[in-house]
Amino acid sequence: MYRKKKWLGFLIISPTLAVIGIFVYGFIGATVRASLSDWNSFKKLLSGEFVYTGLRNYERLFADWRFQTDMWNTLFFTVFFLFGCLLIGLILASLLDRPLKGGRVFQSIFLFPMALSLVVTGTVWRWFFAPGILPNDPAGINVLLGQIGLKSLQWNWFTVTDTIGPFNLALIPVIIAAVWQLSGYTMAMYLAGLRAIPESMTEAARVDGANAWQTFWKVKWPFLRPITLSAMIILGHISLKIFDLVYSMTGSGPKNVTDMPSIYMFEKTFRSNRYAEGSAIAVIMLLMVAVVIIPYLISTLKKSD
Amino acid sequence: MRKFIVLMCAILIAVVAFGSQVEIFSWWTGGGEEAGLLALIKLFNQLYPGVQVINATVAGGAGTNAKAVLKTRMLGGNPPDSFQVHAGMELSDTYVIPGKMEPITGYLKEWGIFDKFPEDIMKICTYNGEVYSIPVNVHRGNVVFYNTAIAKEIGMKTPPKTWKEFFELLEKAKKAGYVAISLGDTGKWTATHLFESIMLSQFGPYKYNMLWTGDQSFNHVALTESFEIMKKITPYFNKDHAAGDWQDASRLIFEKKAFCNVMGDWAEGYFKEMGWTPGVEFGWFAVPETDVAFMIVSDTFGLPKGAPNKENALRWLKLVGSVEGQDLFNPLKGSIPARVDADKSKYDVYLQWAMADFGVKALSPSIAHGSAAPESFATMLNDILNRFVSDLNVNQAVKSVLEAAEEEGYIVK
Repeated sequence: MYRKKKWLGFLIISPTLAVIGIFVYGFIGATVRASLSDWNSFKKLLSGEFVYTGLRNYERLFADWRFQTDMWNTLFFTVFFLFGCLLIGLILASLLDRPLKGGRVFQSIFLFPMALSLVVTGTVWRWFFAPGILPNDPAGINVLLGQIGLKSLQWNWFTVTDTIGPFNLALIPVIIAAVWQLSGYTMAMYLAGLRAIPESMTEAARVDGANAWQTFWKVKWPFLRPITLSAMIILGHISLKIFDLVYSMTGSGPKNVTDMPSIYMFEKTFRSNRYAEGSAIAVIMLLMVAVVIIPYLISTLKKSD
Repeated sequence: MRKFIVLMCAILIAVVAFGSQVEIFSWWTGGGEEAGLLALIKLFNQLYPGVQVINATVAGGAGTNAKAVLKTRMLGGNPPDSFQVHAGMELSDTYVIPGKMEPITGYLKEWGIFDKFPEDIMKICTYNGEVYSIPVNVHRGNVVFYNTAIAKEIGMKTPPKTWKEFFELLEKAKKAGYVAISLGDTGKWTATHLFESIMLSQFGPYKYNMLWTGDQSFNHVALTESFEIMKKITPYFNKDHAAGDWQDASRLIFEKKAFCNVMGDWAEGYFKEMGWTPGVEFGWFAVPETDVAFMIVSDTFGLPKGAPNKENALRWLKLVGSVEGQDLFNPLKGSIPARVDADKSKYDVYLQWAMADFGVKALSPSIAHGSAAPESFATMLNDILNRFVSDLNVNQAVKSVLEAAEEEGYIVK
């Protein structure tokens, strides 16, 4: 009986397996294959003739200053975006995790940005951060800064080409927009975590004479650690392949200060017809995401065994 | 309800009986462009009442999205009956060379319209001796649009002919507190658009055109000179040029914040839409030292191989190539007809100026708009200029252009 059921179960999920096998893993395979070919023009792609070129496309990419900039940008964007979302999410969640009048209203307000499409966020924050022509004709947030007497803080935002080491300062407005959009999400995750902590534990800590900071660090944080890890995975894979927000907010920016690998992939593939190099960028992005996700999957699978 | 069903059946039978459709693919989804396209479709329906026109449009500036969709369809063997494409390499390199297009030279001769277009534009539409698309409209790329009020204020009497005169004007505009020349290069191509006009001025139309046919080397002092001029222009840009697109740049002129900008004459349509009258609130002149040339940006229609309704596609091509078709479409879109025998009285004062020049000046293909070079070269040039405008390193830029040109198989020795 049990055996039969197992067989039936497999039969039922087999269409899904087939579809995922073809449309996810099959296409990943096709992309990897394309990245090893010489399909760098529409003509060669159409001919369908596969000429193996080894890792030439990858070598070209890593020698390309725009791609190098992209890798740095992704790194800094991911680090600051993760840090910002986790910190703000945690602070908001701690503030809301107490009997507060209208707490639910705030909770919804902080969560709302997540309901927006990233393209909308990008367009709106583009208006906010459009610098205008400084100093006489500011726009967006610079007008506000001028009105409240903080003229010295007026800045060219995402159009600056200044850097600190390899970090492009123009990424700051983009990071702010991304954190604004997704910190509500981390707040919700942390809030759920905090609410799951049994009252008796905090009670006990208080009876033992722990102060607020000790209660948080010694009692609550251990509960929140796995949540932090999940949030990092989810946000990390969003930020490593971010396209829509950056594309609608700043584009590549002057000197590619806000360029991302995904934008470069789009331009290589659909504007320049360099399908092989575009595929190579896609494969590199996949590897980056895999580096983040696979250890997580392995640890989860181990736990469930 | 029954009547409705009967009616539906009748329509279905009619469609099956005639089975006649034609699918026209374009990115004309708004403004005057859409109005022009719809007028053409209406005329087509009057001429061929049995044929159903499927208006397949994909929105998106400069056709970026439409082009990606079209590529997928052509690749998958599901071509539309006819599609909008910029004249030149955008068609040849992408579709003609891989053998996806039918030559239409024979039809043009049969319809007697082969010699109704200027020779230079036909050359751009030709690959290996065969014409592959019919130009519907022409935009001019090498135009400077300016605010006449500011021009008066800074004492511009006649349009500048040389870069020297032009820079003197820019300096005056800057001293008077205006942005001298506006740019909006979020999408990158606007910087290339400006640069290609500078290249045209330095190479001259004759040599500039030969760059693309492989008869003139890129390794020429004119290329360095072009970057030097570009370098001299950059301090006059609006500082926030990276935060806007061409509409934002034109808007600065409209709001009397900027003196001028270099843009294709779709900017003229933009100013008119904002309520300005050509020649009154805004003026124009050819980019300095390019007065002898006309940088063309032209939309054309071609015939893909394996078009499902070839006969109807040919009818469509015949219509868009006719004087009626062109004179119907272009005044609405705000461009000039590609034919030399069109009716001038239907066009405004700016377009008449462009038409007069179109007939007599040397025609040069645009890089930024896909006519001169393959899309991959245009994208590389976009990147080079995007970098150049920030770091102003002439040697580096020249070196990169030569590398890009060599990769595309142009002469660089």
